[in-house]
Amino acid sequence: MPEKILRFKRFERFWHWSQAALIIILLITGFEVHGIYSLFGFEQVVGYHKIAAWTLVGLWVFAIFWHFTTGEWEQYIPTLDRVDAMIKYYAVGIFKNAPHPFRHDPLRKHNPLQRLAYLFVLLVIGPTIWISGWFYLFYNTWPEYGLSTLKLEWIAVAHASGAYMILIFLIVHVYLITTGHTPTAHLKAMITGWEEIEEEKAHPEA
Amino acid sequence: MSTADHSSFEILRQQFKSGMELTKACLSCHNLAAKQVRASSHWNWEMPNGRTGQMVGKRNVLNNTMMAISSNGPYCARCHISNDWKEEGFDYTAEDQVDCLACHDTTGTYASNKWHQLRVKCSACHVDWDKSKAREVVRKPNLSKLALQVGRPTVQSCGGCHFYADGGDGIKQGDLDSSLATASRHLDVHMAKDGLDYNCVTCHKTEHHQMRGSQYAPEGKDEHGMDVVEGSRATCESCHGLLPHPEGVNPKLNDHVDRIACQTCHIPALARGGRPTKTYWDWSTAGRVDDAGKDIVEKDEQGRVIYSSKRGGAQWAENLTPEYVWFNGQIDFTTLDDSIDPNGVVQLNSLAGSSDDPKARIWPVKVLRGKQPIDMEKATLVSASLFGKKDDGFWKTFDWPASIGAAMQAAGREFSGKVGFVETEMRIPVNHMIAPAEEALACESCHSRNGRMKDVEGLYMPGIGSVPILDKLFLTVALLALMGVLLHGVIRVISNRKKG
Repeated sequence: MPEKILRFKRFERFWHWSQAALIIILLITGFEVHGIYSLFGFEQVVGYHKIAAWTLVGLWVFAIFWHFTTGEWEQYIPTLDRVDAMIKYYAVGIFKNAPHPFRHDPLRKHNPLQRLAYLFVLLVIGPTIWISGWFYLFYNTWPEYGLSTLKLEWIAVAHASGAYMILIFLIVHVYLITTGHTPTAHLKAMITGWEEIEEEKAHPEA
Repeated sequence: MSTADHSSFEILRQQFKSGMELTKACLSCHNLAAKQVRASSHWNWEMPNGRTGQMVGKRNVLNNTMMAISSNGPYCARCHISNDWKEEGFDYTAEDQVDCLACHDTTGTYASNKWHQLRVKCSACHVDWDKSKAREVVRKPNLSKLALQVGRPTVQSCGGCHFYADGGDGIKQGDLDSSLATASRHLDVHMAKDGLDYNCVTCHKTEHHQMRGSQYAPEGKDEHGMDVVEGSRATCESCHGLLPHPEGVNPKLNDHVDRIACQTCHIPALARGGRPTKTYWDWSTAGRVDDAGKDIVEKDEQGRVIYSSKRGGAQWAENLTPEYVWFNGQIDFTTLDDSIDPNGVVQLNSLAGSSDDPKARIWPVKVLRGKQPIDMEKATLVSASLFGKKDDGFWKTFDWPASIGAAMQAAGREFSGKVGFVETEMRIPVNHMIAPAEEALACESCHSRNGRMKDVEGLYMPGIGSVPILDKLFLTVALLALMGVLLHGVIRVISNRKKG
């Protein structure tokens, strides 16, 4: 029997999948609001986008609470240690069936590249989309806060830019799911929580 | 409802030989009425432009339909509310000249019959007319009968002139034509015969014979709100208030009223009553006659006159989508004295306002485009004598220099004799033909790429996109990312298969 570790806890899995669904809904509806295509009609789609956005706000309140009370926030502390090994693995090793340079365990569920990617999500994409989205939601009360000089267009450009970055992140993210020791290993882990560890090929340093 | 039945008044039960006799009978009770009318724009055809003081009104402005009233006086003056108007020496102070019936006839027959009493060729006004109906229309008004049924103005009383502005039914405005006299709910939710059945003065409330809601003094943004005591100021807000959309509908709608005029969404199209409105009037081609020297009239397949020797080329539209502009209520007019660019497109009026102007909202406008004569040497607009019985009327002679010369002389202006033509545009804010709520514009009418607001300057709104290069850049990167991971995957599959 291969070794199994509990990589993702129940709340984490719930958070991940509900957030994934919301983000996909937000992307589909958001790009319609942006005028890229017409699917639901503007009035409906703005309504859907707002409901999904507020639901995501609620989900994040729980997620932030969970991360701090469980100490899981530390998983996002960045490290440059062995980033080069990760890049080398994705560029070369993966094609040669080389062993994964990083071994997941419950205390380190993100590899160094993931940590950097999520740091970018948290520090750049997140604030861009959240802050601009928040201003967007309260557009009609700007004058009450002395923000009359702010232009909706700037906010919209920032919000759309954030959305495009999330789209690009999503494309790469979905692909990387298949790069476990079997193409479905990561997906299984995110569904069941358990990930099989490839014992025989485990990285010697790990 | 009136509290008086005029048909039972002794003084009205007599044989009236002239309008002036009838007016005297009216004034014997309504002894201030004539004084009030003489202070009105309906009488003076002139008023100062609110903020600039420029004298406007029919007497002063120019347009690209019949151009100006100078030297066309007797014909244009059919619509003047006087009994016996004369081009020279008309006494504007004579009380018995006020034609009470012009507005207070409730049969809807008087205005038209009165116009047609001036004995001129039908073709002086009608490009195309039905001779068989002439006898029916050209009937001398029976003043003694009409005197018994006076009352508050009806839609037809106002429409008798206003529907036919500038040469025919619906030609100029697009939102005012004779279909409003029998409006369905679809055409106008307020004036619908099977609905609220408002008439013009329900909104254009008058006090002391002064009308509210003049085209020369519009209100770009009414911030006073509902007025329960005084009633309508001929603005939507005076009845519907400042938060006009009720609870239960999308609350976002009320967030729009600061920047979007009510008319913008609630008048989705013009000329919806089956009468086309003119969108292009080309005077430069007028005067072409056939080999026999007779007038030409050309029609399109719908029977609309698209060319006539008298009026030149024309384009028409029904269900016309208005154009949209920022507008704060101030209109400036180009006059006979203003210099123009003979090679440019001359704006006959300009609607003030911009996105930075808090008093401005986005308004729908009917744009009438055209080509009209100018004085090439002076680079100014001109008027032309069209109807003239003598040899200076364009419709008799097709001689531009002579007819312009006569009109400019009448207007007290110099004319070099050199005639050119220039493209002109006139913008008319739209106010009538309010559709029922369910036919108002939907969000995506404007919130979409190529939506209705695409030509409005200084405007961003969700749905229209912004910084197109950014969209292209990000979409390219997303596509590259997609192709990158697919390629990576394909190489993985191939390299694993080799080993496997």
